[in-house]
Amino acid sequence: MTRKRRRLYILLLCAIGLGTATALTLTAFQDNLVFFRSPSDIVAEAPPPGRNFRLGGLVEQGSVERLTGQDGRPKITFRVTDGNNAISVQFSGVLPDLFREGQGVVTLGQMGPGNIFMAREVLARHDENYMPPEVADALRRSGHWNPASGDPPPASQWNTLEPRRQGS
Amino acid sequence: MIPELGHFALAMALALAVAQTILPLLGAQRRDARLMAMAVPLANGVLLAVLTAFAALTVSYAVNDTSVLNVVQNSHSAKPMLYKITGVWGNHEGSMVLWVLVLAICAGAVAGFGRESPSALQARVIAVLGSIGAGFLLFILLTSNPFDRVWPPPPDGQGLNPLLQDIGLALHPPLLYMGYVGTAVTFAFAIAALIEGRVDAAWGAWVRPWALASWAFLTMGIALGSWWAYYELGWGGYWFWDPVENASLMPWLASTALLHSAIVVEKRGALKIWTVLLALLAFALSMLGTFLVRSGVLNSVHTFAADPARGVFILGMLGVYVGGALALFAWRAPGMTPQGFFAPLSREGMLVLNNLLLCCICAVVFVGTLYPLFLDLLTDRLISVGPPFFNLATLPLALPLIAGMALGPLMPWKRAELWPVVQRLWWVAIVALGAFALAMAIAGQKFWPALGFAAGMWLIAAAHADVLERIGAFRVPVRTALARARGLPRAAWGAAIAHAGMGVTALGIAGMGLATETLVGVRPGETTRFAGYEWRLDQVRDYQGPNWTARRAEITLLVDGREVMRMAPQRRFFPIGRTTTTEASIRTNLVRDLYAVLGEERDGQAVLRLHHNPLAPWIWIGAFIMALGGGISLSDRRIRIAAPSRKAAALPA
Repeated sequence: MTRKRRRLYILLLCAIGLGTATALTLTAFQDNLVFFRSPSDIVAEAPPPGRNFRLGGLVEQGSVERLTGQDGRPKITFRVTDGNNAISVQFSGVLPDLFREGQGVVTLGQMGPGNIFMAREVLARHDENYMPPEVADALRRSGHWNPASGDPPPASQWNTLEPRRQGS
Repeated sequence: MIPELGHFALAMALALAVAQTILPLLGAQRRDARLMAMAVPLANGVLLAVLTAFAALTVSYAVNDTSVLNVVQNSHSAKPMLYKITGVWGNHEGSMVLWVLVLAICAGAVAGFGRESPSALQARVIAVLGSIGAGFLLFILLTSNPFDRVWPPPPDGQGLNPLLQDIGLALHPPLLYMGYVGTAVTFAFAIAALIEGRVDAAWGAWVRPWALASWAFLTMGIALGSWWAYYELGWGGYWFWDPVENASLMPWLASTALLHSAIVVEKRGALKIWTVLLALLAFALSMLGTFLVRSGVLNSVHTFAADPARGVFILGMLGVYVGGALALFAWRAPGMTPQGFFAPLSREGMLVLNNLLLCCICAVVFVGTLYPLFLDLLTDRLISVGPPFFNLATLPLALPLIAGMALGPLMPWKRAELWPVVQRLWWVAIVALGAFALAMAIAGQKFWPALGFAAGMWLIAAAHADVLERIGAFRVPVRTALARARGLPRAAWGAAIAHAGMGVTALGIAGMGLATETLVGVRPGETTRFAGYEWRLDQVRDYQGPNWTARRAEITLLVDGREVMRMAPQRRFFPIGRTTTTEASIRTNLVRDLYAVLGEERDGQAVLRLHHNPLAPWIWIGAFIMALGGGISLSDRRIRIAAPSRKAAALPA
C-alpha cells in the first residue's frame, strides 16, 4: 500500500467519523433542544404537545397545594408566574430544598391535559440569593425589571414581591 | 503578618516564573548550557514560593483569621478542622492557588528528572510551564487575591457552602487539578517539540508518563465528582450532563486519545503531528473547563460565584496560550515529516480509530455544552441541552469504540489480519452475547441496559483474552505461562486492567439503567413495600450536628417481618449561610444500593423517595480500576528508564 493510498484511507475514515458525528448532533438537536418559556410565552403561543420545555418564573404566593395522587404518590401543585400570567404546575417528587412561595423556580416537563404543566423536574438551587437567569429574563420581559436600571434586585426582595395581576 | 507573607510569596513566585519563562528559553535557543541550567533552580524557587503562599493561606484558615476576606467569606470557627483545611480550595481564590501549586510541583518534577544539567527539550518544557504559571499567578494577583484584608474584622466567618463540607468533594478538586495540570505539562512538551521542530520516540517516551498520570488523575477526579453528586445531591443519579461535568469530561476524552496516540509515537514514530495537536487540544479543553466553571457563563447545578472580570481574564489567557500554540503549530508542523508506515488494519490503525471516535465524542459534547451559550449570545433565545441529546448523540459513537477496545490490543503493529483476531475473540463474543441474553431474560426486555451488560462483559472478557493470549495460556505448560505472566511488561497489564475497568463501569451504568424508584407519603409506624423490602418509618425527629441541625427520618427495613437494616435520611439546616441540604441514606452491598431521601413533611406524613440502584457502586469502582491500570502502566520499568535516556543523545553542550 502506498503512502498516498494510506493517507486517502485515513482521510476517508476521518470524513466518515466527523460526518457521523455531525449527523448525530443535528438529529439529536432536532428533538432534544429544550426551550425556555415564561408563562406569558405559553399564553401567547401554545407550546407543541409532547415536547419538553422549561418553564420558569416565581412561585405564586399562596398557590402551593399538597395532594396525594390516585396511585398513592404524593403530589404537589403550584402556579408559576412572571407577574402578568400564571401557569399551573403539577409535580410528583421531592422538591428542592429551597423551593418557597415567592422564590424563583425553573421546572422541566411538558404541557398536560387541562393546560397544566406536568413537571418532571423542579430544578434545585443551592443558594437562596440565586436568581436563575431564565427567571430574571422572564421577569425582565414581563416588565418587572428593567435591565437599564441596573442589576436585578436581590432574590430576597423578589421573594416578597406580590405577583402583579394582569392589567393592574 | 502571615497573610502578607503569603501575598509577598505570590508576587515573588510571579517574578520567578517570568524568569523561568525567559532564561531557559533563551538558553535553549543559544545553546547556552548555563542559562538552560537556570531552569532547575528557578522551577524549584517558584515551587517554594507558591508552597509558602499556600501554607500561609492554610494557616489563615486553620486559625480562622477573620481579617482575611477570603476566610470570612468561606469559613467559620464552628467548622470541623478537616473542612477548615479543605475549605482552602473550596472557593475560587484558594482553588486557583492550589492550581498554581500543582503546576509548580509538576514543573519541579520535570526539572528533577534531569540529574546534571537539563536537556534543551527539558529547559523549553520548564520555560513553557513557567509561562503558564506566570499567567495564572497574574490572574490570582489581579482578580482573585486570596490574601485581601477586611477592616474591621467581623467576629466570625460566613461558613462554607454545606454541600462542599464533604470528604468526597474535599478530594475532588485536587485530583481534578492534577489532571488538568498534567495536560499543561503535555502541552508544554508539545510546544517545546514545535520550537525544536522535532518529535521523536524519546519525546513520546517523555510525554507518555505525563499523559498517563494526567489521565489517571482526571479519571479519579471525575469519578469522585460523580460519586459526590450521587450521594450528596440526593437526586439518585450519577451523571447529569451538566456543563460543569462536561467541562471535565472533554479534557478526559482528549487526554484518553492523547494517551493512546503517544503510544504510537513512542513505539512506531508515526502520528507525531497529530499527537502534538492533541496535546494542544487537551490543554485548551482544560483551560476551557476552568473558564466555564470559574466565569459562571453557563447555567449549572454547581453554581459558583460568577465574576465577569475573571471570565474575561481567563478567556484572554485561553486566547493567548491556545491561539499562540495553534499559530506555532501552523508555522512549524508542516516541517515535520511523517514516518512509520502502517496498514489501516493494524494496531496503529486501531489506535487511529480510537482517536477518531474519542475526538468525535468530544466534539459532540463540546457542541452540546456550548451551543446554548452561543445561541443566547447571538439570538437572545434561552435553551438548554439535556441528557437525551447527549445520550442519543454519544452512544452510537461509543459502541464502535467499545467494540474496537477489544480488537485493538490483539492486533500486531504495522499490518494485521482481521480473521486471526476474530478467532481469538470468539469466546469473548459468546460471553457478551450470553450477558445480553441473560439481562434481557432477567430484567424484562430492556434493550439498552442489556446492551450495556453485553458491552461490559465484552470488555472484561477481552481484557482477559488479551492477557491470556500474551502469556500463551492453554498453548504452553502452566508453569511457562505463569513465568511469562511475571515477565509481561507492566504497561501491558496496566492497559488490560484499565480496559477491564471501563467494562466494570459499563456494567455499573447498565445496572443503573435498571434502577427503580418510588415516592411515598408515610406516617410514623406505617410501612411500604419496595424492592423486596418492607420499609417502616419509625419516627422523624430533630437531630443536632456540629454546625447544623437536622430532621432525621428513622427507617427500618424488614424481610418477612424480620429487621434487616436501618436507614436514616436527613434534611440538614445550616444556620450559618441559612442553607438546607438533603442527606441521602445509602446502604450498599456492592451489588445494589438502597437509597432513601427524606422530602418534606406534611400533615404528619413524611414524603420519602426510595431508590433501588443495581450495580451503582461499580461505576466508580470501575473508574478506580481504570486509574489503577494507569498507575500500573506508569510503574513500568521501560517508562521509568526511557525518560532520562534522551539526555545523553540530545545534549550537545
